[in-house]
Amino acid sequence: MNFELNEEQQMIRQAARDYAQRELIKDVIERDEKAIYPAEHIKKLSELGFLGMLVDPKYDGGGMDTVSYVLAIEEFSKVDSSIGVIISVNNSLVCYGIESFGTEEQKQKWLKPLARGEKIGAFLLSEPGAGSDATSQKTTAIDMGDYYLVNGVKNWITNGNSASTYIVIVQTHKEKGHKGINALLVDKYSPGITVGVHENKMGMRSSDTHSIQFTDVKVPKENRLGDDGFGFKFAMKTLEGGRIGIASQALGLASGAFELATKYAKERKAFGTEIINHQAIAFKLADMATEIEAARLLCLKAAWLKDKGLPFGNASAMAKLYAADTAMKVTTEAVQIHGGYGYVKEYHVERMMRDAKLTQIYEGTSEIQKIVISRAIANDDL
Amino acid sequence: MSVLVYIENFGGKLKKQNFELASFASKLAESTNSTAKALVLGTINNAEIEKLNQFGIEKIIKVEGESFNIRINKVFTQVIEEVVLKENVSMVLFPDNNTGKALAPRLSVRLRAGFVSGVVSLPESYNPFIIIKRAFSGKAFAKVKINTPTKILSLAINSFGLHEKPVTLKIEYFETQVSFADVPIKMVERKVSENKVSLFDADIVVSGGRGMRGPENWKPLEDLATVLGAATACSRPVSDDGWRSHDEHVGQTGKIIAPNLYIAVGISGATQHVAGVSRSKCLVAINTDSDAPIFEVANYGILGDVQKILPKLTEAFKAFKGD
Amino acid sequence: MKILVCISNVPDTTTKIKFTDKQTRFDPTGVQWIINPWDELALSRSVDLKEDSSNPVSEITVINVGTSETEPTLRKCLAIGADKAIRIDSEPKDAFFTAQQIANYVQKESFEFVVFGIESGDYNGSSVGGMVAEILGVPSVSSVSDIKFNGSSATIERDVDGGKEYMQVQGTTVIVVQKGFAKEPRIPNMRGIMMARQKPLEVLAAIDSELLTEIIEFNLPEPKAKVKMIDPDNLQELVALLSKEAKVL
Repeated sequence: MNFELNEEQQMIRQAARDYAQRELIKDVIERDEKAIYPAEHIKKLSELGFLGMLVDPKYDGGGMDTVSYVLAIEEFSKVDSSIGVIISVNNSLVCYGIESFGTEEQKQKWLKPLARGEKIGAFLLSEPGAGSDATSQKTTAIDMGDYYLVNGVKNWITNGNSASTYIVIVQTHKEKGHKGINALLVDKYSPGITVGVHENKMGMRSSDTHSIQFTDVKVPKENRLGDDGFGFKFAMKTLEGGRIGIASQALGLASGAFELATKYAKERKAFGTEIINHQAIAFKLADMATEIEAARLLCLKAAWLKDKGLPFGNASAMAKLYAADTAMKVTTEAVQIHGGYGYVKEYHVERMMRDAKLTQIYEGTSEIQKIVISRAIANDDL
Repeated sequence: MSVLVYIENFGGKLKKQNFELASFASKLAESTNSTAKALVLGTINNAEIEKLNQFGIEKIIKVEGESFNIRINKVFTQVIEEVVLKENVSMVLFPDNNTGKALAPRLSVRLRAGFVSGVVSLPESYNPFIIIKRAFSGKAFAKVKINTPTKILSLAINSFGLHEKPVTLKIEYFETQVSFADVPIKMVERKVSENKVSLFDADIVVSGGRGMRGPENWKPLEDLATVLGAATACSRPVSDDGWRSHDEHVGQTGKIIAPNLYIAVGISGATQHVAGVSRSKCLVAINTDSDAPIFEVANYGILGDVQKILPKLTEAFKAFKGD
Repeated sequence: MKILVCISNVPDTTTKIKFTDKQTRFDPTGVQWIINPWDELALSRSVDLKEDSSNPVSEITVINVGTSETEPTLRKCLAIGADKAIRIDSEPKDAFFTAQQIANYVQKESFEFVVFGIESGDYNGSSVGGMVAEILGVPSVSSVSDIKFNGSSATIERDVDGGKEYMQVQGTTVIVVQKGFAKEPRIPNMRGIMMARQKPLEVLAAIDSELLTEIIEFNLPEPKAKVKMIDPDNLQELVALLSKEAKVL
């Protein structure tokens, strides 16, 4: 066992912290309020290499390990979890998917600009009638010989408008069920693609969420990731890694809210003493700190397994389940500790509470994580 | 034996800090039975430097010449060394400002004399020579021993104050052997605004933070500064966001100042900010947040909306000045 | 053109300062060490200058006098963009000792600019830069807030009382920089962090040097009296207190 971070991991955490505390903090309230996509920040963060930090340097990535990735996403999300999800989707869904399952040509063409952050990626799985139940895809890709003809609608797409590279999960052979599903690399600017309105969300408001409509979109065969029918497995494998990103984002929300609550509790006085000296507040903080530490260990364990090349699907499901629930609980308590101040935007914690809710829903709801974990238990595969 | 104080020539004028330094030198001389002497370079009227006689300076060594109106550190150091050797100097005193920081370390090497910067009080003992300086950006003090026969000190500005001691003063002209010719450095341009109160010299500083809520709200703060004859300053986030110029940033990584009165308006009081102003004689904090850490270091506090308080405060000072 | 940036390893600026061994030593327990903030600005701007190919800057070396514990700080300098790091293996015993070590290294190599931050966050000495210049017998420019290149000649902006002066220099020059020299410290990028482990970090033995000063003891300031709150509707009271009690008007 070794819980020590190496020097590079510490440096990356510090770099992310510096950027978050120095830059993201300045306009996070305004971006949330007006639902502004953080284009300038994403540009600077791609210059720093965070958009493709997990990608092998030979494809222009940062070559960092997943442990560093957890640390970075946590630091960004402490201040602005929308940044956390934008980086997470680009790295662990889109880049990871292409790097793990793409051909050399696909990596050269699609992965490199994503790793450099020149292009942003989006992962198009959810549909109006198919969220958690990924097998009932309605978006079709008909095999036309040398290309697929894609029709359908994708929903709740993070980076939907800001991304220019889409990975789209489609149904090619309906009769084959989940073995008839494919994953296609699609350029957003292909004829027939319409980006729907920006969803007016409760939280995570500065990440742009859209529905995307496909009308007779021609996608070359060479854009298919993996063999014919590999799409379902592709999506499941990729989401396993994605969960580490969302778990870290939830972790950041929790630890960020905890830091604010602690600071407030040490300054705010009631009944003649700082409220941290009242047991009702002190015990809340003790619970919060303990749960955050547990969530952090789960995230780092999943990352460590992935870095070792060991199976990490169950660990990442546990990390996401626990970190998301912790984020919801801790941010709610942080608002409570702040009292009236917690309910106004200036004090950040109400935003974090709204943001936290989404971590229990997207990239597999908490219930889906429980399915993953419980099936592993049933199959003696935990 | 003598104590030599380096008197910075501010464009032909002396400033309060020169007199403070002279006061300190004269106390040092008193305690060591020696004479307090001053060295001044460049163009300046004798009438101006003769004011130093009020603060115990018995002799001024004057090095004239227009070329000494621009500080070339290498040359100035050599001139100071010549004077130190000629006048049998055992202690050399500089201000702890840009000039002192530039010259004193160089002189330390030339004379192989131990140098302590940012001294805040008279020596604790003379033999061994032990003196207290500021350390950790005002969060601590260090007692330092100087091992060499000649000592070089720089005095933290506004730490000692003025101590009058009228004496008879004579001025002596000194011809230096040092030349500028072989020093590969020259000044090509100079931009100096004479009328602006420098942050380092100001007795009173009025400083704004994030709580000012935007650069457009600075007028009432500037009005207050005008009434008080104060310099204006700001906290780091304010200068980082470009609300005010970087020149105004006081704090650990900005300017470190020690005015008599520092008025912090809408500044929460992060440790880095406090490090830059903690040596102020008196600190007044105005803030809406009663929990702001600035109140922990302030002498006087006002709780409330800065935009409402500033004009009222200006009026109150106006009335006081009118009396 | 080669630049040497001199680096102090200091406690993070938010550190609660404590002392140990009968108040003779800074207590490093639990302290996060950082690049001295002014040195970090010096390095950041140097890297900016090198990245802009219209400038003649070709190589940036960083140097620190310190024990092996300062190496993470030096590697951070490499991650930020220094090409090479030198560690002189000794405690920085006093300013003169430290200056001797750096000057000795500069004499062996050749640098056009030797850059220092205006003071270190621990001892606040503001001494080593000027001392190095004097040992080397070269010009020094202090309180520098900007540098601009025109071909191979550099114009240095320094703060003087009430304004700025612009200096032109030739040959090796020591510059001591302050806030403004760089807008803000650079955040290392992934490529920089990855490359830091491949860049050279050379450890050299210290040379003998006398000590001109020694620290005997540290003390913390007296705790401050509690703040006196003034009624915002009775500001005359404040004016009276400032005038009569504090005597600062």
